[in-house]
Amino acid sequence: MKRFGMPALIGISFLICIVPSWLGWFSNYIQFIITLIGINIILTVSLNLINGYMGEFSVGHAAFMGVGAYTSSLLTVYLLTENPFFGKAILPEELSILIFPISLLIGGVAAAIFSLLIAIPSFRTRGDYLAIVTLAVNFIFKSSIENIDAIGGPRGFMGMGKVVKAMDNLVSFPWLIFWTFLIVVFSIFIIRNFVNSTMGKSIIAIRDDEIASELMTVNTRWLKIVAFMLSCGLAGMAGGLHAHTVTFINPSSYFILQSTYILVMVYLGGMGSLSGSVISAVLFTILLEMLRPLDVWRWVATPLLLIILMLFRPTGIMGSRELLDVFPKLKKYFSSLQERLTNAFIKS
Amino acid sequence: MPLLKVDKLTHYFGGLRSVDNFNLELSENELVGLIGPNGAGKSTVFNLVCGLYRPSEGSITFNGHNLIGRYPHQITSLGIGRTFQNIRLWNELSVIDNLRIAHFSQIDYKLLDSLFFTGRLVRDEQKVTQEAMDLLDKFNLVPYVNELPRNLPYGIQRRVEICRALVMKPSLLLLDEPAAGMNQGEIGELINLVRWVKDEFKVTVWIIEHQMRVIMNICERIQVLDFGSIIAEGTPKEIRDNPLVIKAYLGEEVT
Repeated sequence: MKRFGMPALIGISFLICIVPSWLGWFSNYIQFIITLIGINIILTVSLNLINGYMGEFSVGHAAFMGVGAYTSSLLTVYLLTENPFFGKAILPEELSILIFPISLLIGGVAAAIFSLLIAIPSFRTRGDYLAIVTLAVNFIFKSSIENIDAIGGPRGFMGMGKVVKAMDNLVSFPWLIFWTFLIVVFSIFIIRNFVNSTMGKSIIAIRDDEIASELMTVNTRWLKIVAFMLSCGLAGMAGGLHAHTVTFINPSSYFILQSTYILVMVYLGGMGSLSGSVISAVLFTILLEMLRPLDVWRWVATPLLLIILMLFRPTGIMGSRELLDVFPKLKKYFSSLQERLTNAFIKS
Repeated sequence: MPLLKVDKLTHYFGGLRSVDNFNLELSENELVGLIGPNGAGKSTVFNLVCGLYRPSEGSITFNGHNLIGRYPHQITSLGIGRTFQNIRLWNELSVIDNLRIAHFSQIDYKLLDSLFFTGRLVRDEQKVTQEAMDLLDKFNLVPYVNELPRNLPYGIQRRVEICRALVMKPSLLLLDEPAAGMNQGEIGELINLVRWVKDEFKVTVWIIEHQMRVIMNICERIQVLDFGSIIAEGTPKEIRDNPLVIKAYLGEEVT
């Protein structure tokens, strides 16, 4: 019974998202929105690890997403399609089903490596330092890509649509939604495991009192770098998915506006709440889409709604609580290993 | 061989010499006190030993390890537990999590185990929880395991903090003003607790305290610090009668 909750939840959401798309009940537009929701969930959950659980303040998540987006789309386009940037395809189109997930993974790894370069100097000190550095990262990323003419520079980069079409031609299946779904599940799975394990929970201790953590044998610097890399790696994978979903990317897609969106979703959901992040990513994406008829006024209406929400619920939808704390009856299906262990020892 | 040997320790805060030529040898299972007026540099000595500050001169050797230049988490992993003047429990984590996290250096599983929920993680978490619960049981803290520390009474918080400091199986326990803010009844309990901890866990206790009742009652040896340097050293009785100590605390008589 105890292990039953999570698989059931995953199965149900699989049925809701993928099966109708596969059978063609969902239009392309709805499929696009579902993919976007998934991508936003990954981004929000991963940024919550840094801003929520660890209590640092990163404002450059879009740049890491962009590194993943460019890496993976360069890879797939270079290997699989004939295009104006690199010329003829190197591998046959049929391999796209295999290459696509690998390229997402490589995109994630690239973002993680990039984040390591940022993390090493940034985590020497605590406080606003990381915020300033990550703000600069946005600009570093945008300017660097704009100055590499071989991949389109400021004009952007495209061709990912052909890769997605190639996969669809081979086997008719909503591949993008499928992979998004898998990576969403993967992200939530590893972040949940991490923040519940004694090792990962130490990042909450760092947020609470860094000096006390250090003196209680927690290797704070290593842990902060690891958590940062983990978070940015996931953002990189989300970036790869995003690039293949929108099929056209340019440096401004991954600039401060996108970083701000992710931040807003994290704060909307609640700092240090995974279920809050998921809920807010879903709501915020749908909200943005529903306000699309307002055109430019969207950028007035959305912040207004946010201001109202913050006035009445300054801690975000969930605060630092999880859905389980709100519905304690569900705990027997979803409780973490550590909670179960504690309760078992209390009883005995 | 002494457990902890501090030799000619000197430390500057800018131009201020906060610790001046501090020497100390602690042997196993001793209970030594460090007293002095406010601002004498007592907590600085603790922070130097724990590696929070880097001394300008001098050496610190613990159990044969040179401590200078190591990170605080490495130093405490060698077996130094400490508590803080103002209680520094992690208030957003439950009591049991406070104890589990102090196991950080003793966790055997790797990062990937914690991400992918492997069998090794489950085994290790079980071991860590078991040890933490055993320790809490010894301190009669089991009823509070799922509470947040900030919701607990002050005396209990102190007990939890001492309990947490024992998680890393220390051979040296540094207590920084454990009686601060306690009433007389709680102080009496604390005195018994410190004695019990020393015997039960076979630790050397090095204690900073302002409450003379605590110091005179439990310490075998006392050092008195004033303006960063040792002005007196000896048994509680010798310290009580030492004119230099009386002068440092009360000032000189006007004639």
